Amino acid sequence: MKYESSLKQAQGLGSAKSGVHHWLLQRITAITLIPLGLWFVGFFLLLLTSSYEDAHAAFLSPWTMALAVSFIIALFYHASLGMQVIWEDYLSHKLTRWTLIMGTHLLCSFLAILSLISILKVFLT
Amino acid sequence: MVQLRLPPNSRIKKGKTFSSPTKSSHMKLFHIYRYDPDDKENPRLDTYELNLEECGPMVLDALIKIKNEVDPTLTFRRSCREGICGSCAMNIDGTNTLACIKHIEECSSDVKITPLPHLYVIKDLVPDLSFAYSQYDSIKPWLQSNETPPPDKERLQSIQEREKLDGLWECILCFCCTTSCPSYWWSGDKYLGPATLLQSYRWIADSRDEATGERLDALEDPFKLYRCHTIMNCTNTCPKSLNPAKAIGEIKKKMVERL
Repeated sequence: MKYESSLKQAQGLGSAKSGVHHWLLQRITAITLIPLGLWFVGFFLLLLTSSYEDAHAAFLSPWTMALAVSFIIALFYHASLGMQVIWEDYLSHKLTRWTLIMGTHLLCSFLAILSLISILKVFLT
Repeated sequence: MVQLRLPPNSRIKKGKTFSSPTKSSHMKLFHIYRYDPDDKENPRLDTYELNLEECGPMVLDALIKIKNEVDPTLTFRRSCREGICGSCAMNIDGTNTLACIKHIEECSSDVKITPLPHLYVIKDLVPDLSFAYSQYDSIKPWLQSNETPPPDKERLQSIQEREKLDGLWECILCFCCTTSCPSYWWSGDKYLGPATLLQSYRWIADSRDEATGERLDALEDPFKLYRCHTIMNCTNTCPKSLNPAKAIGEIKKKMVERL
């Protein structure tokens, strides 16, 4: 038996006092990814037909390196924010949702670190 | 997890058919959702044939004719019959709207009428809106001010300030928008929904209200506000041609403005 009022249920635990940064950063990274994504596709197509030496030489340019690092950070950050929204929308079981959100954040962070170390390795060798 | 089908006791079965005793060249079939919690049966779609030459022009006229002349057990809400009370909000022909301002002629050949989607059904076309009303209550939909004006003085507002409320004050709280929103279907226990958020913005935009910060504080939440993904069903379905999606967008802009 529950006598809890409907208003109390609607109020829930109150506002989480967060969400605006998530919303804003999701949009900023999305806009950033338009030019960076186009650059990456072009650069990747160029690398497909290049030798390792040419690719290595390309990464020695600070511009290429900066664009690649920016792309990786924006991409995985955006993916992480976007996946969180998808889990929040579609999963109502709290523990499953929380686990998948944390798992996604950790996976995206790991993949971003792995990508950054990989291009750093190309740069340093 | 995601539930793709309706629960077994909510699946709609085929119901009875009622033919019209009179015939003309303007006949129309109305398939109407019927559910009675007392008979423990699944909901069904009953079919009523109506002679439109003996019926008023609106869907509400057809419902009243069915209730008066064919089947008095048909249950639905209605009051003003002119689109101002919001009582007869229901899903007609696949779109949430008000039966009293929906022309039968605008509907497809057979008219399917069901209650507002994704709410508990009390009976037939009467949904349980009590939680949606509580969500509306939770945003404190009244003017909040620290000062009590003298009893002989009004709270003045310029024409320009008053214009900011246009497109907001006209909302009649029929909840057509809220119940058309997929985000509300999925997260309606926390997400406030377009009708309540539009009402919230109505007070945020009001020059006389002094609780803007508190109102924004109360909305800053991944679920209460940010479940809106600009799907725009709310704006498409609003029978008063309002734009709840724009109002929600304005709240989001205000959230960024105060960073």
